[in-house]
Amino acid sequence: MLDWIDLTLAFAFIGGLAIFMYVLMDGFDLGVGILFPFLPGGEDDRDIAMNTVAPIWDGNETWLILGGAALFAGFPLAYSVILPALYLPLLLMLIALIFRGVAFEFRFKAVTSRGAWGYSFFFGSLFATFAQGVILGAFIQGFEVEGRDFVGGLLDWLTPFSLMTGVALVCGYALLGCTWLILKTEDGLRDWCYRLAPKLLLGVLIFIGLVSLITPLWNEAVRDRWFTFPNLLYLAPVPVLTLLVAAMLLTTVRQRRDGPPFVLTMLLFLLAYGGLAISLWPLAIPPDITIWDAASPPESQVFLFVGLVFLVPTILAYTAYTYWVFRGKIRAGEGYH
Amino acid sequence: MDLDPLTLARIQFAFTISFHILFPAFTIGLACWIAVLEGRWLLTGRDIFRQLSEYWTKIFAVSFGLGVVSGIVMSYQFGTNWSRFSDIGGYILGPLINYEVVTAFFLEATFLGVLLFGRDRVPRGMHFFAACMVALGTLISAFWILSSNSFMQTPAGYELRDGRLFPVDWWQIVFNPSFPYRYFHMVMACFLTTAFVVAGVSAWHLVKRRFVDHAKIGLSMSLWLIAVLAPAQVFVGDLTGLNTLEHQPTKLAALEGHWETYEGAPLILFAIPDQEAEMNHFEISIPKLGSIILTHDPDGVIRGLKEWPAEDRPPVLPVFFAFRAMVGLGLLMVAIGFVSLWLRWKGRLYDTGWFLQTLRFTSPIGFLAIMFGWITTELGRQPWTVYGILRTEDSVTPALTAAGVLTSLTIFFLAYTTVFSAGIYFLVRLFQRGPEGGVRAPDLTANRPKRPFSAAPEAIEPGPSGRPTRISPSAAE
Repeated sequence: MLDWIDLTLAFAFIGGLAIFMYVLMDGFDLGVGILFPFLPGGEDDRDIAMNTVAPIWDGNETWLILGGAALFAGFPLAYSVILPALYLPLLLMLIALIFRGVAFEFRFKAVTSRGAWGYSFFFGSLFATFAQGVILGAFIQGFEVEGRDFVGGLLDWLTPFSLMTGVALVCGYALLGCTWLILKTEDGLRDWCYRLAPKLLLGVLIFIGLVSLITPLWNEAVRDRWFTFPNLLYLAPVPVLTLLVAAMLLTTVRQRRDGPPFVLTMLLFLLAYGGLAISLWPLAIPPDITIWDAASPPESQVFLFVGLVFLVPTILAYTAYTYWVFRGKIRAGEGYH
Repeated sequence: MDLDPLTLARIQFAFTISFHILFPAFTIGLACWIAVLEGRWLLTGRDIFRQLSEYWTKIFAVSFGLGVVSGIVMSYQFGTNWSRFSDIGGYILGPLINYEVVTAFFLEATFLGVLLFGRDRVPRGMHFFAACMVALGTLISAFWILSSNSFMQTPAGYELRDGRLFPVDWWQIVFNPSFPYRYFHMVMACFLTTAFVVAGVSAWHLVKRRFVDHAKIGLSMSLWLIAVLAPAQVFVGDLTGLNTLEHQPTKLAALEGHWETYEGAPLILFAIPDQEAEMNHFEISIPKLGSIILTHDPDGVIRGLKEWPAEDRPPVLPVFFAFRAMVGLGLLMVAIGFVSLWLRWKGRLYDTGWFLQTLRFTSPIGFLAIMFGWITTELGRQPWTVYGILRTEDSVTPALTAAGVLTSLTIFFLAYTTVFSAGIYFLVRLFQRGPEGGVRAPDLTANRPKRPFSAAPEAIEPGPSGRPTRISPSAAE
């Protein structure tokens, strides 16, 4: 029926989109959590910051479930190899997300334990982000596979590189959260974010540079992908654009503009994500197993694809609607139901 | 029992799923209850329905949040601990779970934001629509997860190639033989669970003579639902049992406690089944009644467990008792439904003390019945994950280490204990506080124009004096 398109490619795109949507959308609300205890105006600012994301975080986090489910449905081999390999970082992420998710409800309902749930929100956001960064680093490193099973050890993921990507993502999500708060808040809180954003941007650029240097140094395939002619020419726009976007981000922050820093930070993430995709394409389980090796059979792909063609745009439409409903600045005292 | 990775992985699954199911079991019915209240408010314009809806929406928000975070754990656990199962069944179960995410999870999560925070930002009709979408999302979610689980109970529409399940006919897969029965059985169970909580909380408010007008509406509506659904559930449960007899005879034999094959099987009321000795101790039974119920023939043939090799039998004792506990609680629900009809006819529904006290104590009855029901059906499927095709012992991740599972099991246990204790604490506080517009403390928000969107003060913990205070977060500083 749908022979004329490569459904495996389509699923790689959908899975990639789900993960990227997750990184952007939960990225900024996790970032708000990372900045949470440091906000200048104490509990008042924390209320405001939390209320900027309270109506939408649940939908944002659903993209993470879609990422997992799309992997399970589209590439079950990758799901059944990668998840056991990442046992401990996934555990950390899940536990952290639990403590962070419940904090939204509990913190507003608490009086005596209010501070504790604030810390639950902060540490939950911090460790969930760190774990996701570690997972990214471990994915780039690759997994030891025999037949259809992961055969490595419980701590294979633990390397200086994966710890570095963990810290890198904390820095990245903090920048997303910071520019989101610029967009959604006013006065002292926004001023504080204007001052913080350049520092976080510097950190993000250093980490992007480090990953871009280390990965090709230690992985020949990645080196060949980027540094052979004519690829070098075709791919040169990625680093050039990254620097350009970073410069614009810095400028718009200095000009104290509200919207552009957040949009430019998202662009920065898109470029970094695209760069990683170029390095790793077409692997589903680095270093050897491609998306075509790991794909589910056409019978499964067709059944799901017919639905997704209609459902994903519908989801995007009503998600956009709720963002529109909750548009504009959040002021002190607004928000919780 | 050794602490091998398989046993630990099973304990972890049982623990995390048992916690998780409590919340969907409650929120599926609660979402519909809120949608009905919003609808009645929209139609009648009576403010009491809005107040009730807002009250139960707060309770919904806490329960739904706990359901979401414990649910994410489930969707990753299939991969981490049960990778062989994921690899072998992924071509079929992957798309079903994926459909659950894209048709249900996004709908619930996104419109919940509008339901919780949007009352002053969207038109009334839109707010009602959001409530309906959240309710629809919970029902669709139950559809896909019951379809997946029913496929594992009664697989159909598949083909085995290289030891893996390939889809052949998706209609047969989704609407597999046990799915329609199990779907209605579960959704009705969820409605009953919520109805008993609403009835219990309302009865408690009536006993304490607080929020009386609100409580009467809650009590009346939930008891109508119980009076209708509890007997209907017995009927659907019976159909589910007949379906099990046809498609999962070992499960049926285990829950009936039948070791031997009978023509004219007894209905065993009580026994201590002994897996090793292949017999029951202390059996009390009614001759022929088992066959009459299951085959509608006093001499109908029911196959006993001895017809299958010992390694293909489920653990009989827990299945046997869990089933009886579920049925017992179900019959208690029917009885409460009938009593409520009689009291309503007498006009004594709202002031019969012993009945209101009974309702208070039966408010968790639905959770217990659902838990026992799932223990019956899941343990009854053993030793298989996919009935007759894939054994539980062959489903586990080969690289799984006892250290890994023990770590995660311990951490999940500690985290769930903390988070869910806090959740229960806040829920109880919310139940105590009651709806807006009833008997209430002076309105502390009146002179604070900085909170234009805040319909209700949020903080619900007791203040320093030990009395429940109704102060708002900013006033608490």
